[in-house]
Amino acid sequence: MTKRASDVSASPPRRRRSSYTIAPLVLIAANVVLFALFFVWPAVIGLVYSFTNYTGVGAFQFVGLDNYHNLFGDSTFYDALGRTLLYTVLFVPLNFALSLLIANVLVSKHAKGTSVARVIFFIPWLLSPIVVGVLWRWLFGENFGLVNYVVEKLGGHAIPWQSNADLSLLVVVMAASWAWTGFSMLLFIAAIKNVPVSYYEAAALDGAGPWRQFISITLPSIAPTSFIVILLNTINAMKEYPLFASLNNGGPGTSNNLLVQYIYQTGFQRGQIGYASAASFVLMLILMAVAIIQLIVNRRVENR
Amino acid sequence: MTTTDTARPVDAGSGRAVSKKRPRGAAGGGLRRAVPATTLLWILACLYGLPVLWFILSSLKPAGDLFSYPLTLVPHHPTLSGYLTAWRSANFSQYFINTTIVCVITTILTVGASCCTGYALAKYDNKWLKVFFICILATTMLPSEVMLAPEFLVVRNLGLYNSFSGIILPAVLTATGCFMFRQFFLTVPDELVEAARIDGARELSIFLRIMVPLSRPIMLTLAILSFQWRWNDYIWPLLMLNDPDKFTVQIGIQSIVGAQNINWSVLLGASVISMIPLIVIFLVFQRYVMGADINAGLKD
Repeated sequence: MTKRASDVSASPPRRRRSSYTIAPLVLIAANVVLFALFFVWPAVIGLVYSFTNYTGVGAFQFVGLDNYHNLFGDSTFYDALGRTLLYTVLFVPLNFALSLLIANVLVSKHAKGTSVARVIFFIPWLLSPIVVGVLWRWLFGENFGLVNYVVEKLGGHAIPWQSNADLSLLVVVMAASWAWTGFSMLLFIAAIKNVPVSYYEAAALDGAGPWRQFISITLPSIAPTSFIVILLNTINAMKEYPLFASLNNGGPGTSNNLLVQYIYQTGFQRGQIGYASAASFVLMLILMAVAIIQLIVNRRVENR
Repeated sequence: MTTTDTARPVDAGSGRAVSKKRPRGAAGGGLRRAVPATTLLWILACLYGLPVLWFILSSLKPAGDLFSYPLTLVPHHPTLSGYLTAWRSANFSQYFINTTIVCVITTILTVGASCCTGYALAKYDNKWLKVFFICILATTMLPSEVMLAPEFLVVRNLGLYNSFSGIILPAVLTATGCFMFRQFFLTVPDELVEAARIDGARELSIFLRIMVPLSRPIMLTLAILSFQWRWNDYIWPLLMLNDPDKFTVQIGIQSIVGAQNINWSVLLGASVISMIPLIVIFLVFQRYVMGADINAGLKD
């Protein structure tokens, strides 16, 4: 890593760079067009439609802030929002802890068979959210699942994984943490390997045990990566839909409908494009707020 | 000579890739520490592997045995009938072909566009390039799920509704891809570009003839990632496609789940079939994914 960094900094001052304008323009042209078409344009018309009663076809009227007003009076929206936040609050720490633990064990020089184990941890990440949902639905089926079978064998009662809303959410949290471990784990492994060995040597000389070394050296050293993992996982959790669709279809009933499902249903099943756009903008503001808060916290921690 | 020869096997023996980073503990503590660490590793690995193993083994059971108690881990009469029924039923083979077409085209376009953009962002210094870089950053914060309805209208107005291009084009621009290439080209010394310029090479031919061949490993990594993203896409194809002949695999699986009475035998078969391409690609190109510093793409 350090070698690369010095390569870059040792390069001659960027002299005639600014005179080259046509070549970079040609190179980024494709992505600029795509960015304008599929990002700027939807963002602009989304904002405009959120102030209208557009249904996807025909004419529409501007209705001012009515959509937003209705949205904040809609208990279904609050339920979806609350459920999304609850899901995020459960999923992000669980995934963080699991992938950090696994990354540490994999990096440890004492553990045997790490290269095979790493593949096992990584495979769930390859599966699509739909298949992950099917897989956990099969595992946690109330009448036929392996988990309840084992519970009953051990003398317990069948646990209502599907018909209890909170347990159902818990299964999704476990499934998502399981599936996303591979990715977070890779980021953590790269970060842990970049921590200078001399830190650990010095700490060991001072008599610090493995736990102390982890708390005082590993954790602070990988803080930037932790930040990325938390940010990406938060964004992923806030927009989760396919996993719920196949695992419990937002059920039982509508108790586990998350925001994206709410947007999808209002926009495409009930045709209230304007209203759905307003909900989208609320979600967007939440995501931006999350990103900004995490950036500020990250700056604070790094400046300390 | 002799010292290096004897040192190597010891090094290789102590858990390759990672071990060299940290000092070896006292010789006596090696085994004492290896046992708990290895045990913990494999307990975790079993926890992570078991769901997939159970799923695959279940899919090999005949439909009648799926729910018969007592449940057995290993099927008594292993059969491929679930796969065959799934493959033949409900256009599944058609979905498979559709998904492959979409994935391959999107992946090629994504790699091409990301390579060009990454190179421009890394090797040219312009104010508007920096602005565009920030714009790309913004797309990670605001994924397309957030703008489902307006994005749907845009694609519909472009006349791409119910066509593969409607799924392919919006997916080509990915921030991760651009970052990965930018990060890679930053590590390529500027002298290489300067030397080519002095020799009179034109800007675009420097890119095509020197830089593109250099970036092959990154291309492969991004290709695998992109293929995985597109193969697993669900919500956007679901919105875009109306014609059952054009459905993708994920929609097909979800439609089995959504049925009133789930046909588990077919569902398990279809799900396992849909997993195969990605797992094969991953196992073949493992080192390009595992070794890739994906971090570099996202951190900046």
